[in-house]
Amino acid sequence: MSHPFPFRKVYGAAMILTAITLYGLLSALFGDGVWDELSWVALAIPLVVIAWKYSRATRRR
Amino acid sequence: MLTARKIRLWYRVHKWTSLICTVFLLMSCLTGLPMIFNDEIFSLTHHHVAPANVSPNTPLTNMDVVSAMARLRYPGDKLIAISFDDDEPRILVGMAPNFASKPSQHHQLIFDAHTGKLLEDKAQEPKPKPNVMTYINTLHKTIYAGIIGELFLACMALLFVIALVSGAVVYGPFMRRLEFGIVRKNKSPRVKWFDLHNLLGIVTLSWAFIVGATGIMNTLSVPLFTMWTAQNVPRLMALYHGRPIPKQLSSVNLAVETVQKALPGMQITNIGFPNPRTPFHYVVFAKGKTPLTSRLFDVALVDAESGRLTVAKGLPWYLRALEVSRPLHFGDYGGMPLKVIWALFDVALIMVLLSGLYLWLSRRKTPVEDELDRLVKLEELTTEETLAGALRQ
Repeated sequence: MSHPFPFRKVYGAAMILTAITLYGLLSALFGDGVWDELSWVALAIPLVVIAWKYSRATRRR
Repeated sequence: MLTARKIRLWYRVHKWTSLICTVFLLMSCLTGLPMIFNDEIFSLTHHHVAPANVSPNTPLTNMDVVSAMARLRYPGDKLIAISFDDDEPRILVGMAPNFASKPSQHHQLIFDAHTGKLLEDKAQEPKPKPNVMTYINTLHKTIYAGIIGELFLACMALLFVIALVSGAVVYGPFMRRLEFGIVRKNKSPRVKWFDLHNLLGIVTLSWAFIVGATGIMNTLSVPLFTMWTAQNVPRLMALYHGRPIPKQLSSVNLAVETVQKALPGMQITNIGFPNPRTPFHYVVFAKGKTPLTSRLFDVALVDAESGRLTVAKGLPWYLRALEVSRPLHFGDYGGMPLKVIWALFDVALIMVLLSGLYLWLSRRKTPVEDELDRLVKLEELTTEETLAGALRQ
C-alpha cells in the first residue's frame, strides 16, 4: 500500500551525530589527556554541522 | 510504522510538554550559561592563598597538629570536619561553636597540606559580598522555593526529556521529504524557524537529553543520600547502644592512616568528626584516583575511642550512578574547551526553545492539529506518501 518510511534517509545523519555526541560526552569522563582532546573534537562536530548547514541556507528563488 | 493517529498523538505530547516546560527551561539555560564557568568566576571574586611548591613525594602534614592549631585559634569551637581541596594540596578545617550552629557562625581555616602552615582564616578576611552568581545559582537550583522548587524543576526537566523524545519521533514524518539540515530562508519566516528548530533540535538532541536527565538525577541525589544514611546509621548506632560517648577522641591522624591502609589506592577527601548523629566515629570519605573512579566514593567509619576501623565500604550502586552522572550535567570534567562547547550547546538549546515558542505563537489559522485531524480521517484513503506531503505544506 504505502512506501516504507525512509528511516535511514531521515534519521541517518541524526543517528551518526548522536553516536559522536555520546562518545564525546563519555570520553572526557573516562580519561584525561588525549581522551579529553578526543572529546573536544567529537563534541565540536555537531556544532560545526549546525554552522555549516546554517551557512548554506538556501536563499535562491 | 507511524499512522496519522499516532503522529497526532506524539505531536500533542511534544506540543504540551514543551509548552509547559519552556519558560522554566529558558530560565535554566540562561542561568546555566554563566554557571558553566562557576569555578573561574569564583577564583576571580574570592581571596586565595596558594600552597607552597614542594617536591612530588613530600609526605602530608600531621592531621593532629593541624587540628591542635585550629583548636588553639578558636578554643570555644568544636571541630566539624577536615577536607582536602580537590585541586591543590590544601586542607580545609571547618569549626563551629557547636554542631547546630548557623553557617554564619562557622569558621574555616585553610592549611598547607604539606607544610601544615596556616594559609587562610576565612573569618579574618572581608566577607565576599553575595554577588550576582549567588542569585543565579539559587534561581537555577530552586527558583527560590527550596526543596519544593527543586522538585518542581525536576518535574519540568522530566517534561523536557519527554518533549525531546516526542520531538525526535515527530521529526521523522515532518522531515520525510526534506534534506537533512536544510534551512529555507527564501520562504516565510515561519518556514525558516521551523527548519532551524528541526536542525538545532535534532543535532543537540543527545546533549540536551543527557543534561536534562542528569539534572533530574542531581535533584534526587540529596534525598537519596539522606535516605541511605537514615537507613544505615541507626543500624550501626544500635551496636553501640548504651556505650558512653567518648570524652577523649583518638588521634585523627591515626584514623586517616587506618583508612588509607584499609582502602589502598584511594584518596581521602573528607574526615567528619564525631557529632551528635555519629557520636562514636570519625566518618571518612575516600575516592579513587582516575578520572572515573574519582567520582566513586567509599565511606569508612573509624571508632573514635579505640582508633580501630569499624567498617569501610563503597556507596550503593544507585548513589554511585548519581555521582558518576553529576559532571555530565555541569560539563566541568574536560577542561576549558569542554566548558566552551557546553556553552555553545546551551546557546543552541536556547535557540531551539525560542524557535519552538515562535512556531507556537505564529501558528497558522489552521493549526497543524486540525490538519492532522483531517488526515486521521483521510488515513484509510490515503497513502503515507500524501500524508507526508500534506504535513510538509
